[in-house]
Amino acid sequence: MNATGSAVPPSPVLKLQGISKSFGALIANDAIDLELGAGEIVALLGENGAGKTTLMNILFGHYVADSGQVLLADGVGGWRELPRGSPQAGLAAGIGMVHQHFTLAENLTGLENIILGVEPWYSLRSNRGKAEARLAALMQRTGLAASLDIPVERLGVGERQRIEILKALYRDARILVLDEPTAVLTPQEAEGLFAAIRQLAAGGLGVLFISHKLSEVLALSDRLVVLRGGRKVADRPTAGADRLMIANLMVGRDVAPERPDKANPGEAVLELADVRAGAGRNAVADLSLTVRSGEIVGIAGVSGNGQQTLAAMVAGLEQPASGSFRLLGTSGDASPSALVARGVGRLAEDRHRDGMVGDMSMTENLVIERRHDQHFSRFGFQRRQAMRQATETAIADFDIRAPGPEAPLRLLSGGNIQKLLLARALTGEARLILANQPTRGLDVGATSEVHARLRRAAASGAGVLLISEDLDELFALSHRIAVMHAGHLTPAVDSAGLGISVVGLAMAGQAGPEFSGCSEPMREAAA
Amino acid sequence: MIRFEPRSETPVVLLVMMPVISACAALALALVILAFIGAPAERAAGLLLQGAAGSVFALTETLTRATPLIFTGLAAAVAFRAKLWNIGAEGQLYAGALAAAAVGSGAITLPPYLMIPLICLAGAAAGALALLGPVLLKARLSVDEVVTTLLFNFIILLFVQMMLEGPMKDPMGMGWPQTAPIIDEGMLPKLIAQMRLHAGILIALGMVVLVHVLINRTVLGFEMRAVGGNASAARFAGIPVTATLVKTGLISGALAGLAGVSEVAGLKGYLTSDLSPGFGYSGIVVAMLAALNPLAVAPSAIFIAGVLVGADTMSRSLGISSYFADLVVSLALLSVLIGSLFTRYRLRWIRAA
Amino acid sequence: MEAFDILLQSSFWAAAIRIATPFIFGVLGALICERAGVLNLGIEGIFVAGAVSGWLAVYLGVDLWTGVLAAAAVGACLGLLHGCFTVLLGLSQHVTGIGITLFATSAAYFGYRVAFPTVTSPPRIEAFKPLNLTFLEVAPIIGPALGQQTALTWLAFACVILTSFVLYRTPLGLAIRAVGDNPASVDAQGLSVAALRMGALAVGSALMAVGGAFLTMSAFNAFFFGMINGRGWVCIALTVFASWRPGKALLGALLFGAFDAYQVRLQTLAGGVVPSQIFLMMPFILSIIALILVARKADYPRALMKPFIKGER
Repeated sequence: MNATGSAVPPSPVLKLQGISKSFGALIANDAIDLELGAGEIVALLGENGAGKTTLMNILFGHYVADSGQVLLADGVGGWRELPRGSPQAGLAAGIGMVHQHFTLAENLTGLENIILGVEPWYSLRSNRGKAEARLAALMQRTGLAASLDIPVERLGVGERQRIEILKALYRDARILVLDEPTAVLTPQEAEGLFAAIRQLAAGGLGVLFISHKLSEVLALSDRLVVLRGGRKVADRPTAGADRLMIANLMVGRDVAPERPDKANPGEAVLELADVRAGAGRNAVADLSLTVRSGEIVGIAGVSGNGQQTLAAMVAGLEQPASGSFRLLGTSGDASPSALVARGVGRLAEDRHRDGMVGDMSMTENLVIERRHDQHFSRFGFQRRQAMRQATETAIADFDIRAPGPEAPLRLLSGGNIQKLLLARALTGEARLILANQPTRGLDVGATSEVHARLRRAAASGAGVLLISEDLDELFALSHRIAVMHAGHLTPAVDSAGLGISVVGLAMAGQAGPEFSGCSEPMREAAA
Repeated sequence: MIRFEPRSETPVVLLVMMPVISACAALALALVILAFIGAPAERAAGLLLQGAAGSVFALTETLTRATPLIFTGLAAAVAFRAKLWNIGAEGQLYAGALAAAAVGSGAITLPPYLMIPLICLAGAAAGALALLGPVLLKARLSVDEVVTTLLFNFIILLFVQMMLEGPMKDPMGMGWPQTAPIIDEGMLPKLIAQMRLHAGILIALGMVVLVHVLINRTVLGFEMRAVGGNASAARFAGIPVTATLVKTGLISGALAGLAGVSEVAGLKGYLTSDLSPGFGYSGIVVAMLAALNPLAVAPSAIFIAGVLVGADTMSRSLGISSYFADLVVSLALLSVLIGSLFTRYRLRWIRAA
Repeated sequence: MEAFDILLQSSFWAAAIRIATPFIFGVLGALICERAGVLNLGIEGIFVAGAVSGWLAVYLGVDLWTGVLAAAAVGACLGLLHGCFTVLLGLSQHVTGIGITLFATSAAYFGYRVAFPTVTSPPRIEAFKPLNLTFLEVAPIIGPALGQQTALTWLAFACVILTSFVLYRTPLGLAIRAVGDNPASVDAQGLSVAALRMGALAVGSALMAVGGAFLTMSAFNAFFFGMINGRGWVCIALTVFASWRPGKALLGALLFGAFDAYQVRLQTLAGGVVPSQIFLMMPFILSIIALILVARKADYPRALMKPFIKGER
């Protein structure tokens, strides 16, 4: 690592000059300059929509910039412009990218993914032996270990990510771009990744690290660049920066750290005791959890540890194989429509996949769960006037920006879609709300509105089950937090006494004594 | 470089004009092919138009041909709306025709106001039943319905041939493999004296309205569209996806079955194994041309029927194979596919850097 | 007992292999397309177009192998047309496939009728001859059966080996398997998703067309309307049955050919007691049974029928 302190690295390898890009009226990048030195770790920060992804897509040749250039050091003191819009040119020039969504073919092995596209396509055989030897040396040198000879579909996320990095290094990358690399990792896995990145940088690799997790940025980077609204608003050494300062830079105004309101718990609205359900990676066992009205219970955990199954049960999509599952004090029919009728509001984890029918109108998406209500249909015929009115009310109440109630939902922005889905979940007398990753992919404004809605719902007597990968969100909203790991759930404990590191350890399967004791309602449930 | 940008709103004019332009493009393309093989394209176009709509007779012939196409077009539109890929309307048509012949050729005799509905019901039920198998295979065993419905077309046609040469063969048919004629009480009345146009077109138009109401006004239609739009979101919202697919299949199959009924009990009077020159497949073209909109199925079917009837006339006068009509129909499908892009996207020319 | 004796006749196995040959070509073609992520329902029409064009080329005077090339070229063009719609424009693979089938069938029929407006009995060509490889007869039953096949059948066997080699041993095959699983993986490595898919469609469709040409240039020596009779659709079912592997495709096609040849012989044994249509239905019923057998555990290529649009994930 080079000494931090100077904003200009000693031997720059990459220069972005005056990059601008707009999509229609939206200016995604506005004259952005950026430099990266050999052996330097630069963090690129910004909220969703700040222009990070666009900038990286331009660097990688997926988009063509409206103006500006991407320059690469040619190794002998000069600069060479990277041909625009050509991923091949980027790869050939030594730019490696690890995308947030892995770009691995899951039916192929790690080795096959790595050598994909490296050998000329017309060659009659592929020299795997040579590739294996080179990779063995590479893994030895970098400490990135991965099984290379089994199909990727059987590997965990951490290993897949290491294969992604090896893929870039195998092509002799001089610059490595990592897009939100820790989104799918436990804090401990992330720590391992950071160690590897530091080692790579020490070997002369320039690393561009895209993130919005402030603690990671502070821990890892030498220098940080902040984007806001398509503009670069800061470019400074990491040393001397602190969380609040960066957060303010990203958001552009003072951010007060959010804390949960006071809980006012009432009777239990959701009681799970010794529930077993699901299969394979998503199996859960001995699941016990109580959510009471008036409180928000957060479930922390790295995605893929059984949260899906828990959410599927509360959403009515899956039934427990054994154990007791009681909703609002009874254990009746738990199909999606029955749950809706009994007052469960549900937000899908992946709103595009499970939450909405994009080609249907806002109105239709709003009433889809209550299509049989007397209010919305009579003798099997829909009452379109009433449906439309309900939508207009929701648009006004939830401040949804949309062309009109008949517009196809897919045309709305992510935040407005989520507001409509929230309106769907909260209308009627929702007594229990399942909020599964409620703010994933939303910008700051939309996030805070969703948070406010959830708080208000809890304050007015609903119980909220919040499942999130975002620890900041969990601590901002939850009165109690439980951690899920490998299909097991810790007891839910008061969030006020918890530290982020304790939760992080529990996410990695090492729940400390903080989680061992039963909290008050758990004992009640057991009794 | 061309860029596609999604449209936030599609102008109604474009929605209406797109299929018309596509259809004209297909015709123009086909005429170019004609000119290429040395036929007088201009004269051919004239003859085609004349044959399709040049006289009262031509018009009634076009409407007669449109009748089964409206049914099969609706069958495809209903199924495709729910993303149920029913490519088996041809088989369901024959199933319906077979049932109509079984019930209508003397087995039961009732007055017409009972007999005709009975025959229609029998045909619709048989068509629905013919699609039930593939739908259940899809729902229960996740067997792809595209292939099964396609294969069932062949199985059903062979079954019909078997019945025509066996138990249902007309003893008075002079050895031809055909059923006994439909009794007079069961025949759909002719609409115009001396012409072949029959009441089937009225039933077809009635179905257009019914299917429109079903798709756009009822809860079931809403559920069908939701399942087609995003099945997993529909399931999340509590819509019974399998049951909805089965219902869709029954409706789609029944509509295709009615096509068979109207051909047997309206036009031919008896069933042979060459009853349909591919009405089931042309129905897909009709539905796509109508952008799966039930109300648009009627004009779309009439257009396709016009092409088929007009091409018949033209090929007779010019000595050109009547497969020309099929060529136009297939080109119409390909054109409308491209046309659909323009309603969903706006094209932008972008200067490459 | 008689029913069992059939299995010991080399003429039965010769027929089985002959029946299987177009299916070997067709399944290989469908498999290549689907491995790259594109369902090619144009197959039925491409069979027809291949049958007509290969035969017609020979009828017009070129030699047999040039005829096969002509069929392959027509198939490749139709595959590329499919690709323009589904790969470049991202349109529905179902509807496009049906459209290609309707177009190719009607164009082939129309073309045939333009060439022969009035003939009543179909004109004939000098077709591929059995190779009479007598040295194979040392092997009992199956040896003579193989020896009686034409060069096109051996081409089919060669294509199985070649496809298998390319898919599993070469960088190109790696890329094809990758693009059918996750096109983003190919794109991120600097390869063109569109080029790979278009190429797979062209090659796969060319093979389908050769399968059609086998019928008019080897199995028979003339073209009849309706001679393809659902063979293309059966190939789509067999592809699933073969779980997208060339070796299993060969096995599936041969099994299918054997069943079909067997039922034809049973039909003569049954001597008119059972209606002939029951036997004619058999191939289609078999295909459905084959689909049902594997449906639950079928490992469809993950990106099958999903268009790839750059910059969208």
